[in-house]
Amino acid sequence: MSPVIGIVIEAIIKSALMVFVLATAFAYLTLAERKIAAFVQVRKGPNRVGPWGLMQPAADGIKLLFKEEMVPAGADKVLFFLAPILTMIPAMVIMAVVPIGPDVELFGRSIRLGISDLNVGMLYILSVASVAVYGIVLAGWSSANKYSLLGGLRASAQMISYEIALGLSIIGPIILAGTMSLQGIITAQQQSTWYVLWQPVGALVFFLAGLAEVNRAPFDMPEAEQELTAGYFTEYSGMKFSLFFMGEYIKMVAVCAIATTLFLGGYLGPYVEQLPWLGILYFTIKTTALLFLMIWIRLTLPRLRYDQLMAFGWKVLLPLALANVVVTATATVLLG
Amino acid sequence: MEAVSAAQIIFIVVALLTVATTFLVVTVRNLIHAALWLVATLFGIAVIFVLLDAGFMATVQIVLYIGAIAILIVFAVMLTRRVMQDVGPQSNENWWLGTIVAAVFFAAISTLLWSIRWPALPGAVVGDTVLALGRSLVDPNQYVIPFEVASVMLIIALIGSITLALPGKQSE
Repeated sequence: MSPVIGIVIEAIIKSALMVFVLATAFAYLTLAERKIAAFVQVRKGPNRVGPWGLMQPAADGIKLLFKEEMVPAGADKVLFFLAPILTMIPAMVIMAVVPIGPDVELFGRSIRLGISDLNVGMLYILSVASVAVYGIVLAGWSSANKYSLLGGLRASAQMISYEIALGLSIIGPIILAGTMSLQGIITAQQQSTWYVLWQPVGALVFFLAGLAEVNRAPFDMPEAEQELTAGYFTEYSGMKFSLFFMGEYIKMVAVCAIATTLFLGGYLGPYVEQLPWLGILYFTIKTTALLFLMIWIRLTLPRLRYDQLMAFGWKVLLPLALANVVVTATATVLLG
Repeated sequence: MEAVSAAQIIFIVVALLTVATTFLVVTVRNLIHAALWLVATLFGIAVIFVLLDAGFMATVQIVLYIGAIAILIVFAVMLTRRVMQDVGPQSNENWWLGTIVAAVFFAAISTLLWSIRWPALPGAVVGDTVLALGRSLVDPNQYVIPFEVASVMLIIALIGSITLALPGKQSE
C-alpha cells in the first residue's frame, strides 16, 4: 500500500469519526441543556424515555424524521433547500483544524488526533465562520416570510459585527505563540502556561463574541420568539428544521473547542506526555465545562435588546479587543 | 502528450467552473442568485490560491470577499425583494461594440501571456510563508509604504462613510 493511500484512508476515517462524534455531541447536548434547565428551574426534565431520559435524543430524532416537510408557496425552492445545508456544513468543517489530542501510536504509525494542522489554522476558522452567515441569511430570505426575513437580517448584522471582535480577540494568543497553527498554539502553552492567564481580556471577548456568533442567549436576537416567532427558521419543519438546530449546537461545541485550544491549553494536562490518550479526556472535560457555562448563561441572563446588542458589540467589545491587541503586541516587543 | 497531474485536473475543473459562474453572475435575472453565483466565483478563486500553495491568500480571499464584501451585497439585495425580477432587456444596442472590445482585449492579454516564458520556481518561498509575508509588510525595504498607504485610505473611507451616515447632516 502506497503511503498516499494510507494518508487518504486515515483522513477519511478521522473525518467520519469527527462527524459521528459531533452528531452524538449534538444529540446529548440538547438533552444536557434540558436537564440543566430543569435543574435550574427546579423541575425534573425529560425522564420518560430510558433511564434519566437518556434515550430522549433518539426519540426526538425519530419524531423529526417522520415530520412533514413544508415548503412555503412563495419560497425560492432551491435556496430554501440549500440554506440548512449551508448552516450545517461550516459548523462541521470548522472542527477539522482543532487538535483533540497529541500524536498517538496506532497500528505501527504515528497518528495525529485531529484531522489537519494548517499553518493558517486560525484564519481558516475565521473564514469558515464568516461563510456560516450565508445559511442563516438565505434561510431568512428564501422563506418569503417577514419574520424570517427580519430574523435573517438581524442574524447577519449581528454575526458580521461580532466577527470583528472575535477576529481581534484571537490575535492575542497568535502573538504570544508566534504561530497561527492550533497545534503550535497548544505547544506554546505547554512551554508557558494556559493563555487564559496571560490573556484574560482576550478570553472574555472571545467567549462573549462566540456566544453572539452562535446566536445563543443573551445574544439570541435573531430567534427572539416573542417578536419574530422563530426568526430565520420560522418556515422550516422536519429534517430541515433539525439541521438548523444541529448547526447551532455543533457551532456551540466548535466555539467551546476552539476556546479550549486557544485559552485553556487544549488537550494539555497532567501525565499527557506519558499517556497521550489522556489528552482526549482533558480536551473533552474542558470543552464540556465551557458548554455548561454557555447553557448556564442562557438560563440565567435575559435577552438583550437589539440596540443594546449592537452598542455592546461595537462600543464595548470591539475597543476592548483592539486595546488587548495593542497591549499584547507592545508587551511582547518590550519584554521579548 | 505529457501526463496530466491531479493538480492540473483540479485546476482545469475549478477554472472552468469559475468562468461558468462568472458568466451566470451577469446573465441570471434574480439578483440574489447573481450575488450567490458571485460567491461561487470568489470561492473558485480561493481554490486556485490553494492550488498555488497560497493558503494564506485563500483564507483571506474567503474572509474578505465572501465573508465581508459579498455578504454586504446579499444584505443590500435582500431588502429589495420587489425589484428582484428585473424584466428589462439585459443589453442595449451597443452590445456588438462591447463584444469586439472584449474580444480584442482578451486576444491581446492571451498573446502577451503566451509569449512570456514563465520561469519555474518550485517553492519560491521556503519556510513559513505567513511569517515571510508578515515580515515583508513591515519591512521598510519592502512593502511598508504601500501597506500604510492602503491603511490610511481605508481609514479615510471609514471616516467618510461615518460622516455621510451621521444623523442631522442631511439638511445641510
